[in-house]
Formats: sequence, C-alpha cells, structure tokens
Amino acid sequence: MAALLKPAVSLASSQFMGQVLKPAAASSSLATPQQYASLSVRAGPYADELVKTANAVASKGRGILAMDESNATCGKRLASIGLENTEANRQAYRELLVTTPGLGDYISGAILFEETLYQSTLAGKKFVDCLKEAGIAPGIKVDKGLVPLAGSNDESWCQGLDGLAARSAEYYKQGARFAKWRTVVSIPNGPSRLAVVEAAWGLARYAAISQENGLVPIVEPEILLDGEHNIDRTLAVAEEVWSEVFYQLANNNVMFEGILLKPSMVTPGAECKERVTPEVVAEYTLKMLKRRVPPAVPGIMFLSGGQSEVEATLNLNAMNQSPNPWHVSFSYARALQNTVLKTWGGNPEKVKAAQTALLIRAKANSLAQLGKYSAEGESEEAKKGMFVANYTY
Amino acid sequence: MAALLKSSVCLGSSQFMGQALKPAAVSTSAHQPAHLVVRAGPYDEELIKTANSIASKGRGILAMDESNATCGKRLASIGLENTEANRQAYRELLVTTPGIGAYISGAILFEETLYQSTLAGKKFVDCLQEAGIAPGIKVDKGLVPLAGSNDESWCQGLDGLASRSAEYYKQGARFAKWRTVVSIPNGPSRLAVVEAAWGLARYAKISQEHGLVPIVEPEILLDGEHGIDRTLTVAEQVWNEVFYHLANNNVMFEGILLKPSMVTPGAECKERASPEKVAEYTLKMLKRRVPPSVPGIMFLSGGQSEVEATLNLNAMNQSPNPWHVSFSYARALQNTVLKTWGGNPENVEKAQTALLIRAKANSLAQLGKYSAEGESEEAKKGMFVANYTY
Repeated sequence: MAALLKPAVSLASSQFMGQVLKPAAASSSLATPQQYASLSVRAGPYADELVKTANAVASKGRGILAMDESNATCGKRLASIGLENTEANRQAYRELLVTTPGLGDYISGAILFEETLYQSTLAGKKFVDCLKEAGIAPGIKVDKGLVPLAGSNDESWCQGLDGLAARSAEYYKQGARFAKWRTVVSIPNGPSRLAVVEAAWGLARYAAISQENGLVPIVEPEILLDGEHNIDRTLAVAEEVWSEVFYQLANNNVMFEGILLKPSMVTPGAECKERVTPEVVAEYTLKMLKRRVPPAVPGIMFLSGGQSEVEATLNLNAMNQSPNPWHVSFSYARALQNTVLKTWGGNPEKVKAAQTALLIRAKANSLAQLGKYSAEGESEEAKKGMFVANYTY
Repeated sequence: MAALLKSSVCLGSSQFMGQALKPAAVSTSAHQPAHLVVRAGPYDEELIKTANSIASKGRGILAMDESNATCGKRLASIGLENTEANRQAYRELLVTTPGIGAYISGAILFEETLYQSTLAGKKFVDCLQEAGIAPGIKVDKGLVPLAGSNDESWCQGLDGLASRSAEYYKQGARFAKWRTVVSIPNGPSRLAVVEAAWGLARYAKISQEHGLVPIVEPEILLDGEHGIDRTLTVAEQVWNEVFYHLANNNVMFEGILLKPSMVTPGAECKERASPEKVAEYTLKMLKRRVPPSVPGIMFLSGGQSEVEATLNLNAMNQSPNPWHVSFSYARALQNTVLKTWGGNPENVEKAQTALLIRAKANSLAQLGKYSAEGESEEAKKGMFVANYTY
C-alpha cells in the first residue's frame, strides 16, 4: 500500500501545496534572463548546463552509443569472441570504441560503466577526454541493478538511490554530463500496479538527484520484449507506464527541458506470432509518444532491446519520415556493437576494421535519425536478431 | 484521504493491470490504426473530427454559456430584465451574426439555449451548424464548497451526466464544457487539486462515451497577490494532475480540447507582465504538460480586457506550436457587443458588427497577425471582478 500512496505522501507533509514548495524564484522585474530562461521554481545551479547538454545529445543526425555493460555483462560479450573477462580486455575493447576517428559525426553521447569512466587509453589519455574532444558527451550508468520486488508477481525493481547524490557529484567531477538508470516492466507478469509505480518513482527520484548534481538523467523504463502479447497490449502498457513516469517526474520537480527519454519501441512481444513492419512499429510508437511526451523534452533515444542491427535502424528510420515535436534517435548497445565485436575478435590488427564497422553502424543510424536510411547493402551479420529471453544485463 | 487514494484505487480493483484493462482490441493484420485505442469507442472518429474542426486555423470558440443567473447580470448591466425572452433575443443576435463562422469554430451554450430557436422558428443549433460552427453545451452543475479544504470549491455534475450527455448529443451538441476552479490564495490544497483533476477526468470520459468532445477547464483564478512564478508552479501542478487522471480514465487525447487560464500574475500583484512575458510563461507551461496529441488549446479570458486577451493570444502565436493555440472567450468577445446592443432591436446589426470585429481580432491573434491599433477604449477596459462567480 505504501508504494501506491507515494504520490500523496510526496506532497502531503503539509496540507497546502504552497507550504510544501520552496518560495518561487525572485519574481521582481529585475529577474535576470537566466532566472527565467529555465522558468523553473527550483532553478538549480545546473539548470542552463543541463538544457545545453540535453540539446547537444539530442542534436540532428546523432544518437547515443550505449557502452555501459557491467563487468559481468561485458564478460559475456568478451566470452562470445573467446576472450577472458579481464580489466585489460575490457579496457582494450572500450579504447577501440572511444578512439574511433570521426565517431562524433554520428554519436553525441556515450554511456559508460563506472570502471570505464575512470579508465584511459594505453597511451594514458583519459577516456572522458577522448570523448569530449570528439564532441561526445560522456554519460554514466548510475543504477545498481535489478532485484526482486517484494509483494509483486515475480517482478523486479531497480536499486541505486542510496548514496546516489554523492556518487553523482563525483561522476560530474570526473567529467560525466549525463546519467542513465534502467528499470524494467514485464508484460507477462502483469505488470502489477506496484511494479509500475515503483519503476516510475525510482526513475523520478533518480532524475531529480541527477539534475541537482549536474547530470542530465536519461529516463529508461524498459518494457521487456519477452512475451506472447500483441502490439495493442504493448501500447496499452506503454501508455500506463509513461503516464505514471511523467506524473512522478513532475511530482519530483524534475525539469523536463533537461532530461532525455530511453523508451522501448512499441512492438509485439518476442513470442507473438504476429509480426509487424517498421511502419506499424513507427505508427504505434509515435502514437504513444504523442499521447505521453510533452514537447519540452528535447530528445527520445530508443533502446534496441534485442532487435537486430538492421531492424533497429529500419524502425528508427520509419519514425523519422516526418517532423516530430522532439528529437527521435537511438541509444543502442548491441545494435551498434554486435558486428564491431565480431570483427575485432580481440585481435589488435583488427582494431581499424572494427572501428570502421562501428562507423558503418553509427552512420546508418544517423541516417535513420534523419529519415534517410536504406537497408540496401547491409551485411547478413547486421540482420541477425539478438533477442535473448529473460535477458539480464 | 479518499481523494488522494483515487489514483491508486482507480486501477487497483485487481493487483494486475492486465486484469483491470479490457482485452486488447482485435489485432489482425487489418488492425485499427486510426486511433489506436485499447477501448475503441463508437464515437472515436467523430470526436477526432470535431476536435480538429474546432481547432482549425484562424478560428476559436465563442463562449456564450452564461447560466440564467449570470446572463441576468449581463442583461442588468444594460438595463434589461432577466427574462427568457431577453435571453433569447440576445443569443439570437449572437448566433445569427452573418459570417461569424469565418472566425468562430464552436459556440458553447447553456442548456436553455440549446433548445431555443430564433423568433422565426429556426433552431439555434441549426443556425450554428449551417454557419460551420459546432454547438457545445455546458454540462457541469456549478461550484460548491469542498468539505475538508481551505474554503475551496469543487465542481458538481457527474450524477446523471451520461444520460444528459446522450440527450444533448441528440439535440445537436457535439462538444461539452465543464469548468472547475483552483484558488492560489487558498493554497491550493492537494485535496482541491486532486478533486478538480478527478472530476474533469470522469466528465471527459463520460462525454466521449456519448459523442461529445470534452473541453477540459481547470481555471486557476486570477484573484490574488501572487507573482507569475507562483502561477506557473500551480499551473504545472494542476495540469500534471489533470493529465494523469485523464490517462487513468482512458480518455482519448486526440478527442479533447483544453481551456486553460493563461499564466499571468495575480490580479492584485503589483508587478504586471507584458503580453510577451505572459506568452513565454504560458507556452513554457504548456510545453511541459501538454502532449502533442491534444489538438487544441482554447484559452479563457478570465477578466482580462478584450484587447489584453487578444494581445496575449497574439504573442503566443508568433511561432509554430505543437497544438492549435486559440481562444474560448466570453466577456472578451461579448463586452462591447452587449453595450452596443443595449436591448434595442435597431442596434442589432451594429452589435453583430461589433462581434465580428472582436471575433476577427482574435482570429488574427490565432494567426499571430494582430495589431492593437485602432481598437476602441471600451475594448481596453479590464473586466476583472474579484471573487467572480458565474
């Protein structure tokens, strides 16, 4: 019950909304342009920078490279090409990615795992500096993973609020400018109202803490692909989830001009017999976004969630066939890295070829962001689906 | 507490959202893409069509739904008795104004007016429909004190609303209006905000089920000394709550219209704001709260002068918006009309001309092309009345 009451409790320490809120920012005629540039009652010290970062990440023709695999998950990637899960191997692979020449033409942000945020090239140059010089904002995964949600139908919740403020401040010092927190919702398991409210509340608290510490929060409630449900069911659940998310974001006084979203696309479940075209995915997904996402949000960066590289690109392209009220782009991990990894295979002589493979995928998705992508000439590898049932990061 | 639990109770009869929702609409390859609603209602296509027609370029709403008591005040101000004949005469003047459909896309009526005709016997709803104006109907039953609040109000009207709505649709109404209020000097309390949002959401769903596009109107009253930043904060809270409950009630956003108050300083605030500032704050609020699937935002004038209301609207339309941004004005369209008419049959044409002037001015404002040069002094007079009740 406590979880269900959260929206009331958050504002209910006093009967009057007027007393709960801090006094409005100075409303004299001497208000400086900056004070009402963000027009936020609690214009935090980072407000302008957050807006600037969010807009830079949500810039035309660019998207996010998600490379924040935990050590355990990175281990799976390395294992798939026959490599041991050592820090040296993780460092080598990430160096390959962040030093890809010209990557900044297509990539506006890179999400890092904590270890990676503090790593450098073999030559001693900080990864965050490589990225910044390439015009790529460094981001940091700040959640502490999914664990079982008591009282639910075998569902999960995302940990990470404890000490988040202090960690965020440190990450900002190290050069991070945006954060990422991934929670999940499972359609076969309900989802229960409890799971939806917990997901939304956690995201909202994380987002407010991130902004207070200079990090643009990427808001990611992933609706898992697992299940036999059809696309109409996905749409209904997505609408419920995003309604709850925006409600709680607002209750937590999060500044919408300084966030980014990372939704799953609206598709049938992985085990649904009825498949749909990219045009139908685009139609359903845009319908959902237009019903739930206020135009103040600068960018929507889709996760690929197990789609093949080409599928993820085709779907994104279909969504950009006419102007949208927000930047609609990508934040892909597997859908950018799959071919790269296989091309590299751990061999230093293959680094350039692997970096080329990354540029090919990054450029394809850049074109998709502009609505100008064509799948002609794509390799077979790029078309392979990457769905893994019960996938855990 | 009950009101605060509404957001959990409405979906909580079962633990699983899957069980609370009806099964998804049939998803064969011939799926229903036009509105993509899990619970596709019988009027969905018509609702979208009506909403878009009202939210059409260069047009807005004439709010003429004053209750008999309020209409009496209007008539009294020009020395007329509050009789049905006088109310009929005044409303006939409005709905038969030639060419008004070029600027007016919808007209909100009071129940009595919905069933009235011209002296020659033509139904008002027919006059409007022929002029390309959608007839609307006020369906709420007014404001009463909200128990447990800080002397705040709530809006009645849900009892019997479904059958009344069906009857109004039969008579020719195609959209509805429900006005609730929020008071900044009185808090607002969380209770008042949640009650306002919940009432609007229930009314909106019932309206759609009976073929009426609901206009969603939580008026944040002008009364008070508060500055514009405070208004912005409260407006954001109110609209957050409203959209949350609209979604919880499965209202189809493509088939609603909004009627917000503009974000301005309170009436007694010493610091005034220019139209540009009102536009900046109001658009900022809308962009933070209104998803793009909502076709139109039709502002109330709430006591601003005719010219002020037009200037503010014009300032909001200086660049493209993700939704139609227009007007739903009562006093700001009718003030000069009323005074010009004065109850004299020989002044009807002049009064209709006055209406066309104001309607056209606001039409230009919707297009972002209005200039206040040449406006009369009457049009510039403020119409704020403290503790205003309809």
